[in-house]
Amino acid sequence: MSERIALLKQIQAVEFAALELNLYLDTHRDDQRAIMEYNQYASQLSMLKQQFEMQYGPLLNFGFSPGHYSWNWLDSPWPWEEEF
Amino acid sequence: MWIYEKKLQYPIRIYQCDIRMAKYLLTQYGGPDGELSAAMRYLNQRYAIPTNEAKGLLTDIGTEELAHVEMICTMIYQLTKDATPQQMEEAGLGSNYAIRNNALFPSDANGVPWTAAYFQAQGDPVTDLHEDMAAEQKARAVYEHLINLTDDPGMKDALQYLREREIVHFQRFGEALRIVQEYQESKKIF
Repeated sequence: MSERIALLKQIQAVEFAALELNLYLDTHRDDQRAIMEYNQYASQLSMLKQQFEMQYGPLLNFGFSPGHYSWNWLDSPWPWEEEF
Repeated sequence: MWIYEKKLQYPIRIYQCDIRMAKYLLTQYGGPDGELSAAMRYLNQRYAIPTNEAKGLLTDIGTEELAHVEMICTMIYQLTKDATPQQMEEAGLGSNYAIRNNALFPSDANGVPWTAAYFQAQGDPVTDLHEDMAAEQKARAVYEHLINLTDDPGMKDALQYLREREIVHFQRFGEALRIVQEYQESKKIF
């Protein structure tokens, strides 16, 4: 497995944990422990994404990720072309 | 506002070129209980729902469903991208090829085009949340049928992931329904 794919899978795993806690919190807003866990995953996720973007280019459009010459947002692979 | 994240929610790896499955998977793209219907249904119901819990949940699950649309489309795309006209025909996709080559189009497995009638919106929060819970169960059942139709371990893995998401969404909608009912009871003045 390439390092890029390994990092991408790690991002998918951490983001999934954050998403699951997000949905749980939508119906359990008073669960303080879940909010703490959510914030832990959120900060882990932002570190992983920053690391990925520095090496392999932007994950987000519209100003949420920095771009590089020549406009590397356009670089392959697009998600549907990805070979895991 | 939405922004796009240039990655799949879950890794998809298809091992075999089982083009036949592309036809069946279509129903989870553009069928009545498919991912597109789910995303549009939830994002549209948000505006008439009274509690913040349900507003948040419909927004977040609706957004996750968009990621599932992308997963299903990725599977269909990867299965059909190199298929010859003859292979498309053998897989039951000859009419798809005749009209639109290998382009994706939201329809059910029989080619019936997606329609806004799949949205479902009654503007009654209890009705709408029950609708959403039923939709999640229907999608779960369809995923089980799809899993039974393939031997590809990669395909099974992705479909099992999507099946489990339906179960979690069903659970959360049930909790949102309870909160809505408590809210409605608390509003009554005798």
